[in-house]
Amino acid sequence: MRHSLSGLCVVAALLASSGAAVAHHGAATFDTGKTLVLEGVVTEWVWANPHCFLKFDVKGSDGTVRTWTTETSNPSDMVNRGWNRRSFNPGDRVTVTVEPVKSGSPVGRLLEVAFPDGRVLSARGGGVTPPPGRQGGPPQ
Amino acid sequence: MSHRHSQGPRSAHASAWLVLLTITCVVTFCSVAFNQEQVVRVPGAVYDADFPNEKPGPAPRRDLSGIWEPARGPGDAIGAQGAKSYPDTGRPEHQLPFTTEGLKANLANRPAWGPRAVASALSNDPQPTCEPQGWPRIILHNYRTAQIVQTPKQVLILYQFNRKWRNIWTDGRSNPKVDDFLEPRWWGYSVGRWIDDYTFVGETVGLDERTWLDNVGRPHSLEARIEERYVRRDAAHIDVTITIDDPVYYSKPWIALDRLPLRLQPDSFDIREMECSPSEFARYTKEFAEPAAGTSAK
Repeated sequence: MRHSLSGLCVVAALLASSGAAVAHHGAATFDTGKTLVLEGVVTEWVWANPHCFLKFDVKGSDGTVRTWTTETSNPSDMVNRGWNRRSFNPGDRVTVTVEPVKSGSPVGRLLEVAFPDGRVLSARGGGVTPPPGRQGGPPQ
Repeated sequence: MSHRHSQGPRSAHASAWLVLLTITCVVTFCSVAFNQEQVVRVPGAVYDADFPNEKPGPAPRRDLSGIWEPARGPGDAIGAQGAKSYPDTGRPEHQLPFTTEGLKANLANRPAWGPRAVASALSNDPQPTCEPQGWPRIILHNYRTAQIVQTPKQVLILYQFNRKWRNIWTDGRSNPKVDDFLEPRWWGYSVGRWIDDYTFVGETVGLDERTWLDNVGRPHSLEARIEERYVRRDAAHIDVTITIDDPVYYSKPWIALDRLPLRLQPDSFDIREMECSPSEFARYTKEFAEPAAGTSAK
């Protein structure tokens, strides 16, 4: 049931209207258009305002570990996209698609997370969950 | 036994009904169970945006009460780039009619969004540090779920964003005169009235000049007068228009929000908290915003 619900929400998020993810920093901070796909292990999922953020460790080819901090929107927006405060646990293996910042620090905007079991959580879109019996999202 | 035997046809009939009743119950149960699976709603998630081919009923008379959400979806009224009708794009059609004094005040504000954006750690935007956003920035920046309550003397608006509220007096009083004795307020002084059975107009004055009008730092003076107009279009919708009239900073009034549609939510909708917590914000700044801007303390 939880799976079907989260699946529904993911689909809903993908179908939903695309709205700007609100952040407390302008787009100037990010290397817009660039994306990185990082495989790592979750260390912390912070479910808080003004933005939630996912921290995870990424092991480099030389064996060094770098901790990434990647933000999503706020909890209210993320609930509409099917996320919740228990979306991640420390130790979860994740593949994270990130829009990095220009400064070179290991921080960025989280776009999508894939789990080993095939589940995907998307942070894209404005987010609205279709009511029962309705298909698709609101008018574009 | 003979008695039972004599009831044979009736008993068979009853058995048939019992079977039919059982099937009906099973089907009904399964249907209910299935529907329950379908109608599970995540608390606080928004389900009731507009969908195609809906035909709401007629508008009720002089009634704005209810829980309202941007009709085109939760992200529709997020004005990250400034007032929706005048986003700060740098394009000529979005240039505001600043006076000399207004332009100077605008340049003194360093927003984290728009063409003049600086990294958030370098911005002087008061909002991220949980200073009051004030009116009308709360809706020009982050118009989320809002509940409207009507009493005989007031229209109360309860906003999800930062968990704030406003009182618009409808008891016939006038707004105070803006003079040396007026105490400026973050949320100003508001009065309102119905100009017809479906249009409510509020007016706010006395706004504290420390607040920004929107997310890209558009300023206002103490002389600013903000008009909010709510048109109850039908049973499910209100259209909201915000007009800024500030003769000190702008040479003419301008429409900041033009007929933004809001949609009525179920009266059972439990509005999520969305509070500005200084400690949460401090952690966000330290762990994300400063590294992002390259301004972390070494």
